[in-house]
Amino acid sequence: MRVALFVTCVNDAVYPATGIAVVRILERLGVAVGFPAAQSCCGQPQYNSGYREQARRLARRTARAFDGYSHVVTPSGSCAAMVRAHYAGLGEPGLGPRVYELSEFLVDVLGVVDVGAVFPHRVTYHPSCHGLRLLGLGDRPRRLLAAVRGLELVELEGAEECCGFGGTFAVKNPEVSVAMGRDKVGAAVATGAEVLCGADNSCLMHLEGVRARTGGEGAARLRTVHLAEILASTEEEPLR
Amino acid sequence: MSGTFLGMPAFPEAAGAAVADPVLRANLRHATHTIRAKRERAVAELADWEELRQAGKEIKDRTLRRLDVYLLRLEEAVVAAGGTVHWAEDAEEANRIVTGLVEATGEREVVKVKSMATQETGLNEALAAAGIAAYETDLAELIVQLGDDRPSHILVPAIHRNRGEVRDIFRERMGDFGRPAPEGLTDEPAELAEAARLHLREKFLRARVGISGANFMVAETGTLVVVESEGNGRMCLTLPETLISVVGVEKVVPTWRDLEVFLQTLPRSSTAERMNPYTSMWTGTADGDGPRAFHLVLLDNGRTAALADATGRQALRCIRCSACLNVCPVYERAGGHAYGSVYPGPIGAILTPQLRGTVSELDASLPYASSLCGACYEVCPVAIDIPEVLVALRERVVAEGGSPHRSGHRLERAAMAAATWVFDHPAALAAGERLASATRRLHPSRPLGAGAWTEGRSLPELPERSFRDWWRRRTRDGEEGS
Repeated sequence: MRVALFVTCVNDAVYPATGIAVVRILERLGVAVGFPAAQSCCGQPQYNSGYREQARRLARRTARAFDGYSHVVTPSGSCAAMVRAHYAGLGEPGLGPRVYELSEFLVDVLGVVDVGAVFPHRVTYHPSCHGLRLLGLGDRPRRLLAAVRGLELVELEGAEECCGFGGTFAVKNPEVSVAMGRDKVGAAVATGAEVLCGADNSCLMHLEGVRARTGGEGAARLRTVHLAEILASTEEEPLR
Repeated sequence: MSGTFLGMPAFPEAAGAAVADPVLRANLRHATHTIRAKRERAVAELADWEELRQAGKEIKDRTLRRLDVYLLRLEEAVVAAGGTVHWAEDAEEANRIVTGLVEATGEREVVKVKSMATQETGLNEALAAAGIAAYETDLAELIVQLGDDRPSHILVPAIHRNRGEVRDIFRERMGDFGRPAPEGLTDEPAELAEAARLHLREKFLRARVGISGANFMVAETGTLVVVESEGNGRMCLTLPETLISVVGVEKVVPTWRDLEVFLQTLPRSSTAERMNPYTSMWTGTADGDGPRAFHLVLLDNGRTAALADATGRQALRCIRCSACLNVCPVYERAGGHAYGSVYPGPIGAILTPQLRGTVSELDASLPYASSLCGACYEVCPVAIDIPEVLVALRERVVAEGGSPHRSGHRLERAAMAAATWVFDHPAALAAGERLASATRRLHPSRPLGAGAWTEGRSLPELPERSFRDWWRRRTRDGEEGS
């Protein structure tokens, strides 16, 4: 097994802590992980916006970057879904079957549910759409969270409803996007959770952006955290 | 007469206005969430739902592949049963045919069964122009017509109205169309239904011409099928002397065996019922029973053009159940009117641009009226992959050089090209990330040009260094950075 991290462009530039967390989890579980520097963006923004040729170029780059790796792990359900669902149609059928969203890799490949994490907080989980519907992640993320020591997992009402990010949808239809985000943040606040957890930082970026503009004590107490960062948190190196 | 969708703004503007209307938001949220939960229960009752869904998809695909054959077979059977078949290439031709048929009867008014096809062609307006009054008899269509309003949902066109609004419309407008609302009408549902019943009964008993659409047409026998809940359809289909049905060409199914699948999936998907209360079926004309004359107007109006598109043609499988509207988070907030078409919601976003093209600002903005969350595909009883079609339509809009915000289109194209170049050159990407991180203290919290994001959201702070940078240092230093 040769494992590579596909960190994704958003995590690389804006949320490096998530990538670092994946490296820590995998190394803690005894998995050596590589990071081919030739990787960049999976091409999803181009693909979903109708720029198919440009998406094809990035698909080719991404596929080449991970040549020689048997397992490519990514902390983004959406980017994993892009590769798995659309790369074959872009002429790159080889990478899809080797790409794993983090929770899939942990649960299905490593067969681990308890990754030895500690995080004594009240957490609710938002399953992002592409992980939910295109990858079929099911309850894997919630099983991983439930096994974290000290963590109290509370159900999010309307969990399977889109948060309103949707890539360029967020800026092409900002009013509807923000309205959806407000409802999601409202549902998270109603759970009394301190942490709204997700497996896609682009959705969390949108939700955190909405939360920061939302008034009230519940919203002020709430923060958004990627699944990987909770799973990386330990007694020795806790996530604050 | 109902209002029309002409001159509507593009989706984002209309949706933005709808989001700001708290009454509309509350009406839609309540209605969609209620029917969403009911549908889920109705579908869960069937152990073979996935098989039925697959069968529905395959029956429709098989029929569409040989549409010419089945339509000719249908025509032959309808004519053999005493009906007359007309072929209409577009809305104008369909309206001209129907107007001519009504004029030939000498009648000046018609009763209508709820029909998407005649709304699509704007038949009521065309009839009005010829001095013929068309009365809608479906309760919700009546509310829309009396309110001089537009439908906002395929199945429940007055979903945007609450019962207080309905009472006001009945009180103010029923008298203009016939029997006025009873004195002291309240907003009790039973009272509202009774008012509509009394008002409509006059129309049913007087009308000599009925106009309908159809949910299905069975090619092997030439039988048309209308499924409905209120019984108004049964009245319109049986009482008048002349019946005219305007039906999209994609509504044909080869056999009764095929029909059986849809009679299971349609009611559960649309009204969350195991079976709808009224299923009317008729084959041509019959002596001493029902209409003396039956005309079938087969409507193309862009459908064969959609059929030519390998990805887009799956939209023609649609059986108009509305399940996709009811689960759509965008529809729930934007409302049906923002889609500027009689087909709102996810199915409208893929059907309208195919039927009307992507020339207008509005039609070109529809493929973008979705976060691609996929909830619509999940519930669709004929498995239309709506996100897939949306992306294909976006490709078409880009190829045509148009975009929802045409002025912004060049900007988007440039941004996509620049981003692709940077992502295709990771050294440049790394340098750009380092520059952005190094100057992050200088970034304004609401940068120019980011208004669409920052109006309702804050931007994330950039980290001290990128992941790439962290990894490089860690590898170089041989120890873990943080």
